Amino acid sequence: MDNKYKQIIGDVPTPDLTYKPSLARNISDRFLTLTSLVFALIAILPLILILSYVLVKGISQLNLDLFLSLPEPPGDDMDNAGGIGNAIQGTLIVTTIASLIAIPIGVGGGIFLAEYSKGDSFSQFIRFGTNVLSGVPSIITGVFIYGVIVSTKIIFGSNFSAIAGGMALSILMLPTIIKTTDEGLKLVSDDLRTGALGVGASKFVTITRITLPNAFTPIATGVVLAIARAAGETAPLIFTALFSFYWSSSIDSALNPIASLSVLIYNFALEPYEAQNQLAWAASFVLVAMILFINLLTRILGNLADSKTGQSNRK
Amino acid sequence: MNHTKNNSIINSPCISLENVTISYKNSPAVRNIYCEMPRGKVTAFIGPSGCGKSTVLRSINRMNDLIDGCSLTGRVLFEGVDLYAPEVDPVEVRRRIGMVFQQPNPFPKSVYENIAFGARINGYTGDMDELVEMSLKKAALWDECKDKLKESGCSLSGGQQQRLCIARTIAIEPEVILMDEPCSALDPISTLKIEETMHDLKKSYTIIIVTHNMQQAVRVSDMTAFYNAEKQSGGSGKLGYLVEYNETSKIFNSPSQKATQDYISGRFG
Amino acid sequence: MNRRESEIRYKLRKRTASERTLDNGFKNFSLGMASIVAILLFSILIVIFRGSIESIAKYGLSFLITSDWNPVDDAYGAFTAIYGTLITSIVALLIAVPLGVGTAIFITENIIPKNIRSILSVMVELLAAIPSVVLGLWAIFIMEPFLRPFLISINSFLGWLPIFNTTPVGPGVAPAIIILAIMILPIITSISRDSLNQVPNKLREGAYAIGASRWPTIFNIILPAAISGIAGGVLLALGRAMGETMAVTMIIGNSNNFSWSIFAPGNTIAAMLANQFGEADGNQVSSLMYAALILMILTLVVNVFAQLIVKRLRLKY
Repeated sequence: MDNKYKQIIGDVPTPDLTYKPSLARNISDRFLTLTSLVFALIAILPLILILSYVLVKGISQLNLDLFLSLPEPPGDDMDNAGGIGNAIQGTLIVTTIASLIAIPIGVGGGIFLAEYSKGDSFSQFIRFGTNVLSGVPSIITGVFIYGVIVSTKIIFGSNFSAIAGGMALSILMLPTIIKTTDEGLKLVSDDLRTGALGVGASKFVTITRITLPNAFTPIATGVVLAIARAAGETAPLIFTALFSFYWSSSIDSALNPIASLSVLIYNFALEPYEAQNQLAWAASFVLVAMILFINLLTRILGNLADSKTGQSNRK
Repeated sequence: MNHTKNNSIINSPCISLENVTISYKNSPAVRNIYCEMPRGKVTAFIGPSGCGKSTVLRSINRMNDLIDGCSLTGRVLFEGVDLYAPEVDPVEVRRRIGMVFQQPNPFPKSVYENIAFGARINGYTGDMDELVEMSLKKAALWDECKDKLKESGCSLSGGQQQRLCIARTIAIEPEVILMDEPCSALDPISTLKIEETMHDLKKSYTIIIVTHNMQQAVRVSDMTAFYNAEKQSGGSGKLGYLVEYNETSKIFNSPSQKATQDYISGRFG
Repeated sequence: MNRRESEIRYKLRKRTASERTLDNGFKNFSLGMASIVAILLFSILIVIFRGSIESIAKYGLSFLITSDWNPVDDAYGAFTAIYGTLITSIVALLIAVPLGVGTAIFITENIIPKNIRSILSVMVELLAAIPSVVLGLWAIFIMEPFLRPFLISINSFLGWLPIFNTTPVGPGVAPAIIILAIMILPIITSISRDSLNQVPNKLREGAYAIGASRWPTIFNIILPAAISGIAGGVLLALGRAMGETMAVTMIIGNSNNFSWSIFAPGNTIAAMLANQFGEADGNQVSSLMYAALILMILTLVVNVFAQLIVKRLRLKY
């Protein structure tokens, strides 16, 4: 008997500490733990299903032609829907236009919130407005740009255009970029700021030379994720950028309707023709691969940069 | 509970540590602890910071289970039962061995609910109002907050919060109360009140307290264990070990180890 | 070194006019950029309101409760779409909240090793990155055909209930609800996860130390402490669900005939906009703008409310 105290303490009962599986609390604990496991599995099931279908249905159609040729108008050729070359090109163009608009505004606005505002009611309102803007449905931004740009033909008399599409997308990107800039800058230690101001640097120099470079990783991560999200958006484009069956070959293309992967998927998914449906799957594969690649890459790079700066804090 | 009866059996251990080594992620933090803590007494763990005294304390009611990568070898016996035997339920352990933490951590509920919660999950069937009142009285908090029972536990002062945490631990009527530097976040007046509370509590409970305050150890404890730490060979962290364990008066008046002598006379730590 | 010498050595000590201009200019630039947010928000409201004036004047509030939508007769009422917006988003929420909060608990509590948990967590976030239109494509060709037999058997058993009383034949409100639930699941999960992670560990330890087991601790201590964030996340998800467009348009059937049944084809405001706005003219444009205004107000109210809840409850805690 390893219990050598038993005879000394005599009248102290040995406590029963064993796990009793049939106790109500243990049954309910096991049941609830199992439930949460099942919930977690259900939560990731759609991702697995969607990714595997997109992979299976899309990868079989991958060939060079897909990337280099134009889509065929539905009904023209029952067996061949063509390629998605101009849609890839269009997605890149429209997303670039959106980024060119949203990044300066978003980073500028974020700098104002983090560096210049002093928590007054104006900046509180802007922060609030940023959150509200991020909740505005994407289709509404499309309607808005349609009302302001497309129907008025305000930009060189063109109605549906790559520029209009880019503007609609930029409204979606803006809140994310402002928020990540604001939060990224707030993470920079105030010591750096006061240090720079203390040796007589102007606010401008302090921001552009000290705080912005130190907040580069979180801001860049946020911006890239916003771009990736915009690249997959459809609703703001369907009546701003519309669609096109041709390449965008000259600078004029910015003023004309333009194709995009997402609108191609939408249009062709609803066509009654098998060939067009297949092309929609192929386009989905390319779009999802692009977006997930960017997502994973920024996460990995962001983590790497975090662990580096965590140790040496750069400057 | 039959604590009063047990008090007659002087020095028979309530908790005993047998060759306990605790590791975080495979690197040991404290090693080879042997220590027997008597029933109905106050045992103090003292030592410089980083010597693992809190880690040892937390192993006694299996709080370390909640930390990823923490493992224990050796045996921790409670009334002769190995707490780390595979069939033991840590929840059962913690119902008999309660704990009060360094930072007061009242639940964001009313004062009343803070106490009633533990009692209820322990299956208390008696009069709840009576239990709340009795627990608050034992923790010397009743007079200060008998009119605030409906207010949030977080609205009390730091010292009151800590006594509320003691009260909610008493309410589950454990056999042992572990206290991890319960006064380190408090002002001297609150500290005094908590020490007074402890004097009353040791009539009915076995108490083990970690403290960095040697005067406190002298004031409240019957037994004292002095822990120290050495630089780990090869590793980056410190490795704690038990230097000396004896009656408090012996530790502070005639320690047998030089390290103990140096520590209590304030030469390091 | 006397004063004069140092003035000579540090030529830039006196700030030049151009430097000062740059400094002020930069501040004003950033102020201007920040103001664009406010300008945008107001102009969106104004543009949509102006666009809908004609329809508001013609149909007034009866627009909200009639369900005719007939370009030929020039009769418009948005009840079908409003009902569709509310029923899809609310039922999707009812499905996604338990799943999302449960998953968040599973990810944050110490149930399985940490590295598996973080993989789960990333997977849930990647689901949010999948474009809505791809989910729609998947819903049309994979999910809906797979679900239809189940929906048909629900209809045959519970068909006496008004919400199940039509036979599922393809696109409809029910598949739209499922796809919406999938889409808002990542929002609920990630916001709940963040709120749960912010609950101080000392509360968890406090509950365990008085002998609480895992789930009483979660229900009584952890969840109440995280409730503000979770509630805010749920409301944000509701806003997102009401405005979600592409996947819903592709699977809901776009029917303007009103039916209580979730197995019938239906419509939401967002789906109606996506489907009709490009080809509409005259009163239809104005009526679509009116519907857009309603959607805008609905999401605005939900979002503002979400932010207030998060702020109010955080202050209390």
